[in-house]
Amino acid sequence: MTQNSLPLLGFIAVCALATFLTRALPFIAFSRQAEHPLVIHLGRYLPPAVMLILVIYAMRDWRPLSAGTANLSANGWPMILAGLIVAGMQLWRRNALLSILAGTGTYMSLVQWVG
Amino acid sequence: MTPLSKADTTSHLANWRAAAVATLPVMFGYLPLGAAFGILAVDVGIPWWAAMAMSILIYAGAGQFLAVALLANQAGLMEVAVATLMLNSRHLFYGLSLLRAFAGAGWRKPYLVFSLTDETYSLLTSQEGHAGQDHAQAFRLSALNQLWWVLGSLAGVLIGSQLAFDTTGIEFVLTALFIVLTIEQARRLRRWLPFIVATFTALGALALLPERHMLLGAIGAASLILLLQYRLGSAKQRTAKRCMAKRCIAKQQQRETS
Repeated sequence: MTQNSLPLLGFIAVCALATFLTRALPFIAFSRQAEHPLVIHLGRYLPPAVMLILVIYAMRDWRPLSAGTANLSANGWPMILAGLIVAGMQLWRRNALLSILAGTGTYMSLVQWVG
Repeated sequence: MTPLSKADTTSHLANWRAAAVATLPVMFGYLPLGAAFGILAVDVGIPWWAAMAMSILIYAGAGQFLAVALLANQAGLMEVAVATLMLNSRHLFYGLSLLRAFAGAGWRKPYLVFSLTDETYSLLTSQEGHAGQDHAQAFRLSALNQLWWVLGSLAGVLIGSQLAFDTTGIEFVLTALFIVLTIEQARRLRRWLPFIVATFTALGALALLPERHMLLGAIGAASLILLLQYRLGSAKQRTAKRCMAKRCIAKQQQRETS
């Protein structure tokens, strides 16, 4: 360890604590409300909503209407195409790994060889 | 402690194998992403042990990339704390929706809470029977996900930027995982409501907020709308009950007068 390692350790500790705090706070603050109907309601409906938000967030580079341009990023259309393949495969075969591999394979080849 | 019987060991192994299969999509995402983090960290001059400590102790994808940027800019500790809190505050809502699922998880609970990344949250809430109420299985999934992340970081730190295989575009694997899990959640729930809410809040946040606040904005707004909808729903139920009661009384009075 060098002389610099102490501030570095402090930095890591602050990051780790701040991250853990955001994850732990609801469990500390609302530990007694686990059976509250509102918490049950959120537990039922929030996860699917978050999942779709994460999908839309992950595809944020595709904005066909923004700023008058066709697209923000060259990878927008491959992303949409690969996304449709994943969704289609999942609806058809219901094999998560297969859908994910097919979509990612398509995306990687489009971006690397075509894009 | 009694020694494990042979049957116990095999079922133990089978459980871990099932968990490993379930985390495969995350593995394909976390290995390259963790490697990208390791490469970046070494690139900006962070010692290898510090990069590994970050993947083990902080364990947050976007959070660690932010940390590297802050370190490179020599940001103050206060700024670091605030930036990390802001970036990760969407996790507040994750915890809120897992309060019940994690209740009674015992010694596993601190780790389940610590390791609650976007991907682990998605995986846990998509398990049959919801949210890994099987705490042992939830623990295995969480631990394996972090293992992939740490292994990826280690690879990145070791090989630096001399990667032979072109991994451009592999980050799509996590997008694909979220798409699959959205479809599976929809299949299980058979309700449109959360998906309509998510579409509106996500597109709204995309249009209105800068990129770094988008996730928090969308997830926070979605939680708020679900909360309001619950309030309205229970208010309606109450009025319905009251109406019923009134009607009953009215009928009774009618009967009494006739």
